[in-house]
Amino acid sequence: MNIAVLSGKGGTGKTFVSCNLASAIEKSAYIDCDVEEPNGHLFFKPTDVCSQKVCVKIPQILADRCNHCRKCVDFCHFNALAFIKEEPMLFRGVCHSCGGCKIVCPNQAVVEKDYSIGEIRTGKHRSIIVKTGIMNIGEESGVPIIRELIKNLPCKNNIIDCPPGSACTVMESIKEADYCVIVAEPSIFGVHNFQMVYKLVKILKKPFGIVINKVNDLNNPMQELCEKLQLPVLEQIPFACEIAAQNAAGNLVYETNQKAKEIFERLYAKISEVVK
Amino acid sequence: MKIAIPMEEKSINTNICVTFGRALFFLIFDTDTEEEKYIENPALSAQGGAGIKAAQAVIDAGVEAVILPRLGQNAAEVFQTGQIVLYKAEFGSAKHNIELLKECKLSKLTEFHSGFHGRGGR
Repeated sequence: MNIAVLSGKGGTGKTFVSCNLASAIEKSAYIDCDVEEPNGHLFFKPTDVCSQKVCVKIPQILADRCNHCRKCVDFCHFNALAFIKEEPMLFRGVCHSCGGCKIVCPNQAVVEKDYSIGEIRTGKHRSIIVKTGIMNIGEESGVPIIRELIKNLPCKNNIIDCPPGSACTVMESIKEADYCVIVAEPSIFGVHNFQMVYKLVKILKKPFGIVINKVNDLNNPMQELCEKLQLPVLEQIPFACEIAAQNAAGNLVYETNQKAKEIFERLYAKISEVVK
Repeated sequence: MKIAIPMEEKSINTNICVTFGRALFFLIFDTDTEEEKYIENPALSAQGGAGIKAAQAVIDAGVEAVILPRLGQNAAEVFQTGQIVLYKAEFGSAKHNIELLKECKLSKLTEFHSGFHGRGGR
């Protein structure tokens, strides 16, 4: 079973929920798709780490074969190519690696070369496989790294920690998900951010449930919304000082806090009831 | 010398368009013959890389200079490669700016933004 954990904004507790949920499941893997700032590894502190580069193809135009016909420039829908002073120019950040320029070139003047945009680190924490996607600073899109991460999901149960929001990186991250856990905060702001992701999982027809994180004694507009729309709330995690402190110290609360352990075991039990 | 100016309307008396890559037209003005011509911006509805495509079109029109209020990094790189002189537009019409250029009262555009990339820039 592949469980994606997502939220409308950063800081709701996606990584907190993902890491501890992965800890609560036997034969699980934790997949960090938040490639712009992956931080699940801080909790798992994985050992036996090996790294694999992620490359995209970018065109290289061979001057001695190019007859300046500009077919490649005209073809490129992303406008990644220009032709100035009889010389081709490539805007790498704009290129989507579609390979079209190579196909349309009548003189085989376009060759593709590998360009590294990041890496995937694979390690272990006890029996949990920890995979982390890391995008190089300055790159524009992490989608190729995420695509590589979810192409070969390693275990029977994979917890996919998504990037925040509802953009294309998130769509890519939940592609293989059998179930989505949406983490939301019990505030008006939390409701607003939740609705963006809610819309996304509905469009993609993914089964989902909600975890309301950092719940205190004050108003809970998130819970009110779920009641109104009859959405499944899987867990309400309390805004408890000891859980926050242990998490902030880089600990897996599943391992250090009995109450948290029960929360995540219950969460997994509820999900496995829905997804068989 | 031929120069280009991004425009919203095909009239030299109207204001210069604030964006370059998504301008509706480019005025191609010949300062020697006073001839004015308008070309459509082929990048107007591009999903990305509009500045690059627009800069290519302007260079292909054979200009030596461009007057514009601001420009993104990618388009600036195209112009620099093409050795096109970039002047910073003053508030007002294209005509007013052409006069300022003739009097050598326009300064060069030297700072470029990182681009709006589909997020609009108005």
